Amino acid sequence: MSELHKKPASELAQMLRSGEVTSVQLTELFLDRAEKLNPLTNSFLRINRETAIEQAKHADELIAAGKAPSVLTGVPIAVKDNLTTTDAITTAGSKILENYLPQYDSTVVSKLRAAAMPILGKTNLDEFAMGSSTEFSAYGPSKNPWDLERIPGGSGGGSSSAVSGFLAPIAIGSDTGGSIRFPAAVTGSVGAKPTYGAVSRYGLIALASSLDQVGPVTNDVLDAALLQDVIAGHDPMDSTSLVDSLGQMADFASKTDVKGLRVGVIKQLASDGFHPGIKARFDESIQLLVDAGAEIVEVDCPSFEYAVSAYYLILPAEASSNLARFDAVRFGQRVLPEGNPTIERVMAATREAGFGPEVKRRIILGTYALSSGYYDAYYGSAQKVRTLIQQDFEKAFAAADVLISPTAPTTAFKFGEKLDDPLAMYLNDVATIPANLAGIPGISVPNGLAENDLPSGLQILAAAKNDGVMYSAAAGIEKLHNDKWGKRMIDFAPELEVN
Amino acid sequence: MAKAELMDFDEAIEKYEVVIGLEVHVELNTNTKMFCGCANEFGDQPNTNVCPVCLGLPGALPVVNGKAVEYSIAIGLALNCSIASDGRFARKNYFYPDLSKNFQTSQYDEPIAFEGQLEVPVASGKVYNVAIERAHMEEDAGKLSHVGGAGRIQGAEYSLVDFNRAGVPLVEIVTKPIFDSGSEAPELASAYVRQIREIVKAMDVSDARMERGNVRCDANVSLRPKGQEKLGTRTETKNVNSLRSVENAVRYEIQRQAAILAAGGEITQETRHWHEDKKYTSAGRPKSDADDYRYFPEPDLVPVQPTEELIEEIRTRLPENPASRRARLQQEWALSDNEFRDIVNSDLLDEIDSTVSLGVSAQSAKKWWTGEIARIANVEGKEISELSVTPEDVAEIEKMITDGKLNDRLAREALSGVIAGEGSVAEVVSAKGLEVVSDDGALTAAVDKALAEQPDVLEKIRAGKEQAAGAIIGSVMKEMRGQADAGRVRELILERAKS
Ligand SMILES: [Zn+2]
Repeated sequence: MSELHKKPASELAQMLRSGEVTSVQLTELFLDRAEKLNPLTNSFLRINRETAIEQAKHADELIAAGKAPSVLTGVPIAVKDNLTTTDAITTAGSKILENYLPQYDSTVVSKLRAAAMPILGKTNLDEFAMGSSTEFSAYGPSKNPWDLERIPGGSGGGSSSAVSGFLAPIAIGSDTGGSIRFPAAVTGSVGAKPTYGAVSRYGLIALASSLDQVGPVTNDVLDAALLQDVIAGHDPMDSTSLVDSLGQMADFASKTDVKGLRVGVIKQLASDGFHPGIKARFDESIQLLVDAGAEIVEVDCPSFEYAVSAYYLILPAEASSNLARFDAVRFGQRVLPEGNPTIERVMAATREAGFGPEVKRRIILGTYALSSGYYDAYYGSAQKVRTLIQQDFEKAFAAADVLISPTAPTTAFKFGEKLDDPLAMYLNDVATIPANLAGIPGISVPNGLAENDLPSGLQILAAAKNDGVMYSAAAGIEKLHNDKWGKRMIDFAPELEVN
Repeated sequence: MAKAELMDFDEAIEKYEVVIGLEVHVELNTNTKMFCGCANEFGDQPNTNVCPVCLGLPGALPVVNGKAVEYSIAIGLALNCSIASDGRFARKNYFYPDLSKNFQTSQYDEPIAFEGQLEVPVASGKVYNVAIERAHMEEDAGKLSHVGGAGRIQGAEYSLVDFNRAGVPLVEIVTKPIFDSGSEAPELASAYVRQIREIVKAMDVSDARMERGNVRCDANVSLRPKGQEKLGTRTETKNVNSLRSVENAVRYEIQRQAAILAAGGEITQETRHWHEDKKYTSAGRPKSDADDYRYFPEPDLVPVQPTEELIEEIRTRLPENPASRRARLQQEWALSDNEFRDIVNSDLLDEIDSTVSLGVSAQSAKKWWTGEIARIANVEGKEISELSVTPEDVAEIEKMITDGKLNDRLAREALSGVIAGEGSVAEVVSAKGLEVVSDDGALTAAVDKALAEQPDVLEKIRAGKEQAAGAIIGSVMKEMRGQADAGRVRELILERAKS
């Protein structure tokens, strides 16, 4: 690990504190890489050189004065473009917000600023975070650094490709049904979705309010824990934000011993539908855990069968309402129709031109699911399934400290492979969705190479507010893998080269 | 639009049973809005009391105003409602440019208060027990003004939106259908609204000014042939912004619907708008039971769960209920039933109560408010509450009369000056030179002059016919341009005549 840009944020932070490197140097290093490599990966929608350098100077002053406000002060970061920033256009990957400059910073971004972490730029995503591949971004897909012909996962493919391609040391993502964890799995990086409410949603452009959660995208577990410590905490601007602190995740992530850890294997997520390579790596990891003294238990979560169906009713229902505000009246694009520009016609023309196909599909689905006469059958039933899934988890966590499964059924697929088959695309999230429905924390860590020599991910879930337990287990499993392979999985990734 | 055919009111009541239902919106006078920290202020520059939350900007989230919840509970308790231990907000989805998020945050199946009742007396002495279905919290919308096209949305050149009112807290109070009011239906409707107004004003949870829209009423009216079980088709008349309008609008709808039904026609289920100036309702939007607002629980808010202690604490703070207050005041003021009903029906209880508490006798206070002030309001076609005259003004005028500084005619003139906005009582009196001449020198000279001019009258007075002094008083008052205390003039005439 000789090259500076491949070092984890925790090490960069130490070098900043010891004066080996300045924040301006680090920020310039990543800005240079981002500007050079972004034409390949399309990770960033915008790179903010000027403001990032300014913020880096400020960080250096604080560090020099011994007043660094955070462990990660001075470490540059990339931010998913569905979090509002007053100094950078925020599009959520949609045409409808093409030139939208927000009037306020999201709470997460405010926390990054308070920690004096320079923001390199805003990363690509499927429009309004609806998708698993970034192919639904209005600004073109991001590419997987492992194979530029393949998807980097979605919706947070911009952040995952930025981090796994070392265009940024760490990044912020958001996860509604797997949008942090699935991209992490297919790019060999780490992505964590904290407990619902652990991180403020204020300023996160909502997809589905009851499912959305902001979280870290990094190259190792400790970095994810360090970043969660920066962005978590109660926010009076978010009514669903947790009041009590969940503790310092970095402390938990430094406990790597899995001896005696009760690891539950979810019966419903251990066999059908997973590619053979994925399944093989998963079984090997179970063996690694057994060898290290963990106790493996099988847990039964019968309601998971209905999770994807319930999710694709609840999400579109909430999204159809959340996206109603994009109407050309107060902000964003305004498209004038031919003929008489009445308000209804302007709203319709703007939404017709401004929204892409997946967004329209989900708005229509959600509108239908909430319609009177259908509400009970669709939205109402979905909420019942949600309760059943929570009960399944409650039982499972009585028997196990953490639950594991493969993060995704496949490795990264090629562009276009699932674009015309929404159902196949939706099934990518079969393992990640239950955590969102139950509000519990989940993390994806690298789990070895599978089909096509591409990375696969292992998902670790913990009970609500037990993010610490999740980080300890994740750090333990990560260490078992690193010990086995002699290096991080991300270090197997090919170098990105510009021809 | 022309006035519709109307049936004679008595005939309509003869033929049909009237069913009314009332929805009263009360705007709360909290310092801040329902879901954000913006000032809840009437009349400020457009779009100055706004923020990301009430403008519905991307990523913004609502936070419930605790004071608004307390006020809502107080209203619920005053209406003898049960208070929900788990009140939930819901989204009411519809597109309209004054609705910043294109959904209204309201309450649906779990209102904060439900199942109450209110005793409402009417002029006949009958007391109706109006059943309250629910009182729920919601937010107000912004305000549209249409430029060009006679201020209507159709034909307007463009429209402006002021979001200062967006997010102002409202409580909507909904009655159950009221069946048995017959010919008293119009009066009951307005007496009910008056009583709600009295209650919220007494509790100081609303400014309760109907002309400002602090209290707004939608009146549902339907008719059915006597003896028929099935309810008739109802109309909902909106925009009834004064007590008089409530009464007139209900009366009008009864007469209009009766004429249609008698002619074999059908009532269209629709909203109608009341035009107070021309005294008729016009058709608005067709409304059907299938109106689909796609209500669903607001995922951005946690349920409102008032504790038993809080509810009881609010209960102890409730002011006297209006019925017992009326009984008390009538007794304290020693007024007959008729006199007191006069006050209640003129909606002047508060004004007279305040005036009496400033030291004015009940009879005098009543005389001013139900007499001269009511007369001026009537002439100007306004509500008394719209006139800029206060109990303090009345008390001041009354004191000047007692002190002999104003006579009755001058007092009326001073009052009309105050109402015309010419200043305070003192300012009007001094600007117009209204104060009576209390300088005996000037009065004595005028008396002497008048006596000298009418020697025959002087003889009669000297002969003991003191009533003849009236003719001299007239001359003196004329000479003094009315600005003399008639009592003092009489004293002086008798004094001078006998000297
Ligand atoms: Zn506001």
